[in-house]
Amino acid sequence: MSSIKTLRTDVAIVGGGIVGSSAALALRQMGIGVALLERDLCGSRSSGVNFGGVRRQGRPLSQLPLAQRAHRIWGRLPSLIGTDGEYLRSGHFKIARSESDMASLERYRSQSLDFDLGLELISDARLRERCPWLGARAVGGSLCVEDGQANPRLVSPAFALAAQRAGAQVFERHAVDEVAHDGAMFMLRSGNALEVHAPVLLNCAGAWSGPIATRFDEPVPLRSGNPVMVVTEPMPHFMDWSLGVEGGGIYGRQVARGNLVLGGGAGIAVDADRTRAGSDAIATLAAQAIELLPALRHAHFIRTWSGTEGYLPDRQPVLGPSRTTPGLFHGFGFSGAGFQIGPAAGEVLAELVRDGRSSTPIGAFSIERFFAEEPTTPTPP
Amino acid sequence: MTASCALQPVIVGAGPAGVRAAEALVAHGLRPVVIDEASRAGGQIYRRPPASLAQRSAQALYGFEARRADAVHAAFDALRERIDYRPDSLVWNAHGGRLDVLHGPTRSTSGVPYGQLIVATGATDRVLPVPGWTLPGVYTLGGAQVALKFQGCAIGQRVVFMGTGPLLYLVAYQYAKAGAKVAAVLDTARLADQLAATPAMLRQPAVFAKGVYYVAWLRAHGVALHSGVRPSRVLGDATESRVDGVAWHDGREERTLACDAVGFGYALRSETQLADLLGCRFEFAPLHRAHLPVRDAAGRSSVEGVYLAGDGAGIMGADAAEWAGERAALALLADHGVAVDTARAETLERKLHKLGGFRQGLERAFPVPSDWAAHAPDELVVCRCENITAGTLRQTVSVNGADEMNRLKALSRVGMGRCQGRMCGVAAAEILAHATGLPLQQVGRLRGQAPIKPIPIQLAACEPAGDAGA
Ligand SMILES: Cc1cc2nc3c(=O)[nH]c(=O)nc-3n(C[C@H](O)[C@H](O)[C@H](O)COP(=O)(O)OP(=O)(O)OC[C@H]3O[C@@H](n4cnc5c(N)ncnc54)[C@H](O)[C@@H]3O)c2cc1C
Ligand SMILES: Cc1cc2nc3c(=O)[nH]c(=O)nc-3n(C[C@H](O)[C@H](O)[C@H](O)COP(=O)(O)OP(=O)(O)OC[C@H]3O[C@@H](n4cnc5c(N)ncnc54)[C@H](O)[C@@H]3O)c2cc1C
Repeated sequence: MSSIKTLRTDVAIVGGGIVGSSAALALRQMGIGVALLERDLCGSRSSGVNFGGVRRQGRPLSQLPLAQRAHRIWGRLPSLIGTDGEYLRSGHFKIARSESDMASLERYRSQSLDFDLGLELISDARLRERCPWLGARAVGGSLCVEDGQANPRLVSPAFALAAQRAGAQVFERHAVDEVAHDGAMFMLRSGNALEVHAPVLLNCAGAWSGPIATRFDEPVPLRSGNPVMVVTEPMPHFMDWSLGVEGGGIYGRQVARGNLVLGGGAGIAVDADRTRAGSDAIATLAAQAIELLPALRHAHFIRTWSGTEGYLPDRQPVLGPSRTTPGLFHGFGFSGAGFQIGPAAGEVLAELVRDGRSSTPIGAFSIERFFAEEPTTPTPP
Repeated sequence: MTASCALQPVIVGAGPAGVRAAEALVAHGLRPVVIDEASRAGGQIYRRPPASLAQRSAQALYGFEARRADAVHAAFDALRERIDYRPDSLVWNAHGGRLDVLHGPTRSTSGVPYGQLIVATGATDRVLPVPGWTLPGVYTLGGAQVALKFQGCAIGQRVVFMGTGPLLYLVAYQYAKAGAKVAAVLDTARLADQLAATPAMLRQPAVFAKGVYYVAWLRAHGVALHSGVRPSRVLGDATESRVDGVAWHDGREERTLACDAVGFGYALRSETQLADLLGCRFEFAPLHRAHLPVRDAAGRSSVEGVYLAGDGAGIMGADAAEWAGERAALALLADHGVAVDTARAETLERKLHKLGGFRQGLERAFPVPSDWAAHAPDELVVCRCENITAGTLRQTVSVNGADEMNRLKALSRVGMGRCQGRMCGVAAAEILAHATGLPLQQVGRLRGQAPIKPIPIQLAACEPAGDAGA
């Protein structure tokens, strides 16, 4: 029998994805003590297996302040986490497949003017000239020159490593299986190995955040989704832009090595932790990919995968203080788009801890929105 | 026989295991689907040349194995009309009672539903690379043998065989017999290993005698045999465009020898991707130095309805593959209420069990060099698809703290190319274990995902959506 290790710190974090890890880093930069518990390896879940799109374009306007903040963080990635993580401001192009798509891209551009995304609409002859590799169904699109892409496998673990170097106590392979609060202090227990006591708790457990929220009487309609990813063998480089399609469906980018990474459709959850890309989803994605990029007709795909991501019905995250428990802050439910804004969400969580408020508007992400009409009496799960 | 009418068994692999499994199912009135990537049945050891090539005799192709090869081929030919045989067909994905199959010649994919599945996917070479192994003219032992058996050609005029395992001497013998000049056989195992293993190996005197025969024959025909060597590198010619020789350390000094081709390998590794996709539970098997899908004595996997037979679930050799194939088929039948000959099932299990002891002996006689990782130089290319060196892997451990295979892959790209770790995974795991100081089993194994081998995007797109089961 090994005796349980007990430690006391300022902030305990559950989850070492990009959100929890960047919060840990930001807290350390403020001189605040941190213990982060990750049941697997940091950055091995959504944050490490996602598509790698680092884009602001297309986000709801309410997310743009946060996305702008993240944009600035991404711009100084090497000095922050010690690697560029293959981050490139290579441009993000959102494709229109019809005139009405084009109209909605135009609408988005005018609505987002305040945020200085620098969107440029391209169509007709200029479209063919700038991207001769694009399939015939595209009629135009919207380019955000400063959006781009990065390698999630490298970026997300690097945030955790940077936090650790900055003095955070990072416990990988430590699942939090018990959380308690005595009115002043939180207690987190990981099996018989570790017990952490802290006055502040950050719930950054990604798709698995629901139980912790529920534990504090804040059940939210969080569900898991499994976006499908496919990667081809390396091909001669032909495309810089990261691509999306208005209305969704498929996205793609070509990485430095030459492989095309493609995403779209829903995968299969083998169990709570393991996911697969099903062959029907692969078939649909493959057909769409060839339509979008005819050059892929002769390529092989060498791997498929999926991940487990937490979605909320309005596709907005929960980011902010608990409504029931002082000292508890949530940061989860990024609904398929948390890689780009993750680092800003981490900074916001750190600000909330230190200052009690965020310097970036986060009102739209309040957990209150799920309890609007109800009294604040605890609801059973 | 009402139970059997409802059965819908599919066998993947038409090697000795798959053929005997099919035979047993047919004998009980079933008509299994047999899917095989190869164009003709026989599997690896009894691989048949394409029908278009001039027929060589079984004796010429399989030597001592000719009788068994003939028997397996004859068994298959007799079944041919009583099974649903799908050659040239690669199973590239599996889920929810359906296999996704790519049919090579017609370039089409389809979904094949199954009720019960026998996985008999066999093995490929275990590769522990040596500097220079990516030079043209370097083959795996299995590859060298396939060239001879299947295409009827040698990999070079003056060939060195290097590594360890029973295949080392066998392939050298087959090359020499076929008229190729075998410059030398370099075995990393020591003579002492082989002597120590003799008692265990004598459990299969016939097989043991064959091994002794190959060695004696090679020696009598003037082939230089060196044991206890440590390969240092494959040498290239002036322009590094072709093999020019090999260098090795014999314990005292570095030695070199000229040659124009090299066959190398360290026994075999199981092809476990399909079992992985099917969700079978894996465990580390110390004897095989690998994580393998767990099977009971009869071949049942941890997944209901999925059975494992032959080298695909642990290297036991061709005879064992035949027994295991038949045994798994009997288990499948019995599990679904079909009466089977239980005495036969017991006999098969006993034979398989007995072979286990011999298998341990083989591992002792031809141990994977335990110091391979320690001696692999930093500049050695481990992953040839992505050009990842041993040094990069070590750095990923020391700088980024990788201590598990999937993390090593994520950070370094090892195993991220076309082979998805099928070739480089073994070596990468050895390097990782050595660099971290962890036992091999603890560094884990690469997660499997579809496709099992690369698939043309266009073909995946053609597939009828919403097919059975998925
Ligand atoms: C396939 C895919 C493609 C995507 N593409 C993009 C994209 O292109 N652009 C983009 O911006 N976003 C994308 N996303 C979304 C993005 O990846 C996520 O929103 C983001 O990574 C969420 O980060 P996180 O830290 O909240 O979650 P995660 O990375 O899931 O981290 C949560 C962590 O908590 C740990 N944890 C859970 N429970 C416990 C517990 N009890 N104890 C200890 N640890 C626990 C988990 O192991 C996990 O590591 C994609 C997601 C997926 C799955
Ligand atoms: C290259 C090589 C040479 C060998 N030579 C010898 C030798 O000379 N002497 C000796 O004693 N032993 C030899 N062995 C070992 C011997 O092959 C095995 O012990 C024996 O063949 C095992 O039989 P099996 O039925 O389990 O598998 P195999 O004979 O390997 O048959 C497996 C079959 O499954 C097919 N298959 C695998 N995956 C898929 C998939 N996803 N979809 C469709 N089909 C699939 C393969 O194409 C193959 O036809 C050799 C092994 C290899 C790899």
